[in-house]
Amino acid sequence: MTPNLTTDEIKSLILRILGEIAPEADLASIKPDISFRDQLDIDSVDFLNFAIALHEELRVEIPEADYPKLATLNGCIEYLTAQRQTSQR
Amino acid sequence: MSAGTLVAWLKKPGDSVKRGDIIAEVETDKAAIEVEIFTSGVIEKLLVQPGEKVPVGTVLAIIREEGKAVEPGRLRISPSAKQLAAELGVDPASVRGTGPDGAISRADIEAVARRARDKGLETIGEEPVRPLAPSPAPLAPAAETAAKRQARMRQAIAAAMARSKREIPHYYLSTTIDMGRAMAWLSEKNRKRPIQSRLLYGVLLIKAVAVALREVPELNAVWKGNQAVQSQAIHVGVAISLRQGGLVAPALHDTDRQSLDQLMTNFLDLVKRARAGSLRSSELSDPTITVTSLGEQGVETVFGVIYPPQVALVGFGKMMDRPWVAEGKIVPRPIMTATLSADHRVSDGHRGGLFLAAVDRLLQDPSQL
Repeated sequence: MTPNLTTDEIKSLILRILGEIAPEADLASIKPDISFRDQLDIDSVDFLNFAIALHEELRVEIPEADYPKLATLNGCIEYLTAQRQTSQR
Repeated sequence: MSAGTLVAWLKKPGDSVKRGDIIAEVETDKAAIEVEIFTSGVIEKLLVQPGEKVPVGTVLAIIREEGKAVEPGRLRISPSAKQLAAELGVDPASVRGTGPDGAISRADIEAVARRARDKGLETIGEEPVRPLAPSPAPLAPAAETAAKRQARMRQAIAAAMARSKREIPHYYLSTTIDMGRAMAWLSEKNRKRPIQSRLLYGVLLIKAVAVALREVPELNAVWKGNQAVQSQAIHVGVAISLRQGGLVAPALHDTDRQSLDQLMTNFLDLVKRARAGSLRSSELSDPTITVTSLGEQGVETVFGVIYPPQVALVGFGKMMDRPWVAEGKIVPRPIMTATLSADHRVSDGHRGGLFLAAVDRLLQDPSQL
């Protein structure tokens, strides 16, 4: 488990991973409550790679059923924060 | 794809190489590709210099096979030309090569096959590859802008698609597939797996197409020299959109013989390499049918344009919950449309219909895949 991360640090991590998956994306203009798929040119392969990278960086389990919770930036932050807290208990 | 520019040699004369090794990088209209070899031996001579643009089928290097001495009179023929010779029934020994050191190119094989056919018969197949000509002013791929590369790719796609619509009498069939069982099976399978080993439903679609082709093999073919040549192997080309625009449809070799796990691994690798510009030459030249899925873009039904010289393309649309009648009740089910675009010179609607029915049947019991 990586050390405790602040919300801003989790956000930065998410954006970095997104930048690696979709290098052409303008990450500064991402709207936090709009689906990534509606803002970026990403497909199911990209999304799977995104989820794998989050899992590997943050050591959190992400069941397939929870993928919809990763659809937006705010959704991601909320979900990953909660999962990390659960894992630390 | 009719020509390519050699970007770099990764091997030099005297180097030992084995089957599958990547020996050069080539830039084509559609993508940067890695040239692999199909025999083991020692590089004897490099025939094309970096920066040279040459037609597809040009012999790039001479490789002396393991355990064989150099034979002055030995045939020099590229794997691509050798394959074409077998397909067209041409004996390479009877062909006079026009390439460097008398090497036999695809153009040489095609010329012999053409002469053997009735004079004046129109060639509807792939545009003949010109013999190796004095090299034009070399391009410097690295100096090309992304915009130029994209424009060239667009031109290549335009040429292929225009030729397809000009030469191939397409017919289209579609069917609506209840994906409920497939998705439930997949969900259960993925539930027990670590995230790195999970399967995407797209892999089920690709495998279903490959296995269904065994039942309707005439769709797994290429049109060459005014006739369809059925392929023994099933190499499904998967359409992959590129980030800078455009698309490629490289092959997943022997698709029907791979397990779903192998296919998933190879599919992810193919997408990664397609977008990184490191596909292999055989992956671009070998597809025997293409599968494209536009469901993620919200498309309900795909009426695809066949990629010549292939004779069929399968398109999948968006999966949506729709009212569906099952056992006399209306229930919501995840529904998807599968469409076949096929060449009417090669197959008829009846056979196309059987193919789509087979795809549907296989997706109702994915454990068969």
